[in-house]
This record gives sequence, C-alpha cells and structure tokens, in this order.
Amino acid sequence: MNRIPKTRKEMPITALSIPTAGSMGKTGSWRTFRPEVNYSKCTRCTLCWIYCPDVAITRQEDDSPKIDYEYCKGCGICANECPVKAITMCREEKE
Amino acid sequence: MVTVKELSKEEYLLEGHAACAGCGPAISIRVLFKALGNKVFLVVPACCTTVIQGPYPYTSFNVPLLNILFESTAAAASGIVAALRQRNIKDITVVGWAGDGGTVDIGIQALSGAAERETDFIYICYDNEAYGNTGMQRSGATPFGAWTTTTPSGKRERKKDMPLIMAAHRIPYVATACPSYPIDFVNKLRKAKEIKGTKYIHILAPCPTGWRYDTSKTVELGRLAVQTGLWALYEIENGKFKLNAPSDRLIDKAKRKSVKEYFALQGRFRSLTEKDIERIQKWVDDDWENYRRLAACSASDATPYGKI
Repeated sequence: MNRIPKTRKEMPITALSIPTAGSMGKTGSWRTFRPEVNYSKCTRCTLCWIYCPDVAITRQEDDSPKIDYEYCKGCGICANECPVKAITMCREEKE
Repeated sequence: MVTVKELSKEEYLLEGHAACAGCGPAISIRVLFKALGNKVFLVVPACCTTVIQGPYPYTSFNVPLLNILFESTAAAASGIVAALRQRNIKDITVVGWAGDGGTVDIGIQALSGAAERETDFIYICYDNEAYGNTGMQRSGATPFGAWTTTTPSGKRERKKDMPLIMAAHRIPYVATACPSYPIDFVNKLRKAKEIKGTKYIHILAPCPTGWRYDTSKTVELGRLAVQTGLWALYEIENGKFKLNAPSDRLIDKAKRKSVKEYFALQGRFRSLTEKDIERIQKWVDDDWENYRRLAACSASDATPYGKI
C-alpha cells in the first residue's frame, strides 16, 4: 500500500495520504543556525529530545542525543532548554 | 509517576513535517503520541495540523487520521466512535485534535453536542490564541491586548474561558496543559484514556510566528505563562477541581511572577500600555481568587458543578 498510485484504477475511493518521512522534503535546508552537542558536558537528561518539535533528535542507547541535520530546522529550543548548556547554536557557513 | 526517560522512543510523527521552526503544537503532538502510542484515531479539522501533515499524497502522521471540515470535529469523532463500537473494536482511542478557532469559535456547537451526548472520546484543543494557518487572525481565544492581523492595535476584548465552559457541561474530565510540562500532559492524557465519556483537554501551545518571538523561546514562554499565572494547570475530575504542580503553589500572589515578564518577550503585546498591564494583572489575580475558591470548595463535600 505504501506507494503512490500510478493509474486511475489504483486510486483509492477517497483521497488517502501515505505516511512518509520528509513529506516536506529535507527541512534541514530551512536552517540558519546549527545545533552542536558537546557530549562531554551532556548529562543525558533527554530534555532536548522531548522538546524537539521536528523529531530531529533521537535518543541513543546511552540516552545521549543524536541530531539529524537532514531534518533539523534550527529552531534552537534544544540549546535554550539544555540545563547544562551542552548544545550551542553555530551559524551555518556556505560550502 | 512517569519520567521523561520512561517515555517510548517510538515516533509516530515523522521527521520532515511542515510545521514552522519552534512549533509549540508540534511538541504537543509528539507528547500525545508518547502518551497514547499508535492506538489512536485522530480527527483533525482545518487548523495548523492539516498543514503540518504536508502536501498530498504524503503525510507525516503515521496513525489513522481523518481531515474534516472546520465546524465538525466533534460530530465526525462521534461518528467514528459509533463505527468502532459497531465493529466491536475496543482498543482504539478517538481523539479530536483541533485548534482554538476550531474549538472556541467555529466548532463549539458540535463539541457542545458531543459532550451532551456523552460521546466516549478525548477532545484536545491546542490553543495558539489566533487562527494560525491562515496568517494570524483574531479568534475568541486571543487574549486582551494581543496583536493579530485583524486587530492591528491590539484586541480590546478578553479571552473566552473554554475549559470552564466545558466543565459546565458536567463531563467527567476537563484539564488544562502546556507542552512545556510534558509529564503533566502525559499523565492527564493517560488518565483521560481510562475514563469513559467526553474528556476535554485545553493546551496552551506557543506559536513563534504569530506571537512574534524568537523560535528558541517556545518552551520558555509556555513555562512563563504558567509561572505568571496567566495559564493555570488544573484538572476537573467528576466536578472536583484540583490545581496541578507547579500551579498549585501559585495560589499565593507573592509566588506568581509579574505578567510583564511574559509580555516583554513577545512582539504581539508591544502596544500594551502600563494601564493595560495593570488591568490584566488584576484580572489574573481575580481568576486566581476564583481558582482558590473552586479548589477549597472541591476539598469539601460540595462540588462546584454538582455531583455527576
């Protein structure tokens, strides 16, 4: 079921959307500031993970955050909420 | 008592959705899925969540979801509940997820009807205090003094108290929440899931685009709204009113922060004068006097809304 119908016969009766990661494309390109994690400072409180609106932070095995730069929109909530300031926002440079 | 670390790592809101950077409602949706898992059926009217899903034929919600007309969230949810009962499916929670325009203004008649019919579902209003996805127009939930595109010099009327309107329907569970306090929200959702009947939860979800503040301050602003007393976290269970932490400590006026701190961070309150702020502070104090009375009343045998 998880594919786009090609012909009219394959079309569902009503409009039906398919769950897809990146339905708006790679939203990481919206970003101006990029969050960088200092893992030696991180206390594994996982607050950045629960507060991330873009689902761009995954909790690793040891509860430390891993940021997905393909989808992070660079809002800066993680850096603002980190109790030990282990996340800093750095300006994106042109490659 | 759950902690953040005990919440599931599973994500049912997929990455790369269309919400603005720093979206308060998007945090709320994630917390909703953490609390209820994927055994939910969302009914969503026209609101920001329709936009967050992304363009057809893709969606970033990995759960069953029905997009419906603006005024008919609760009516459609009633239909879904009836259909599930007919098919004898019992483990699905039906959730009406609507914005403040779709609840406070346009959807109130359908919601009131569903509450009166005692439909077994959870209705959640995420309140960003204006019509967000059409570019911030004034709604019934916009607070006094706030800028919107249709109130360029600040709204001159007060916000509707929607949770207490719903409590007056004598439904078994009414609660308020805020995404800045995710554990409180999770607890309320899990409690609501176990109760039979109509459950109503009102969330204050800060919106950086419409409230004119820096995207990184979303969680901070939600917290400030609670600490200043402009937004109280409470639940009304079977007519019993109870303030939840951290709002339960704020009955004493000295413990509440000044509302000025909350207004200073946001561009939408730039036109407020000193006199306006004084008026708002007085309203907040009056509201809290009311909460204190309700809490005291509920502690005794008499319930403020009668026995259910």
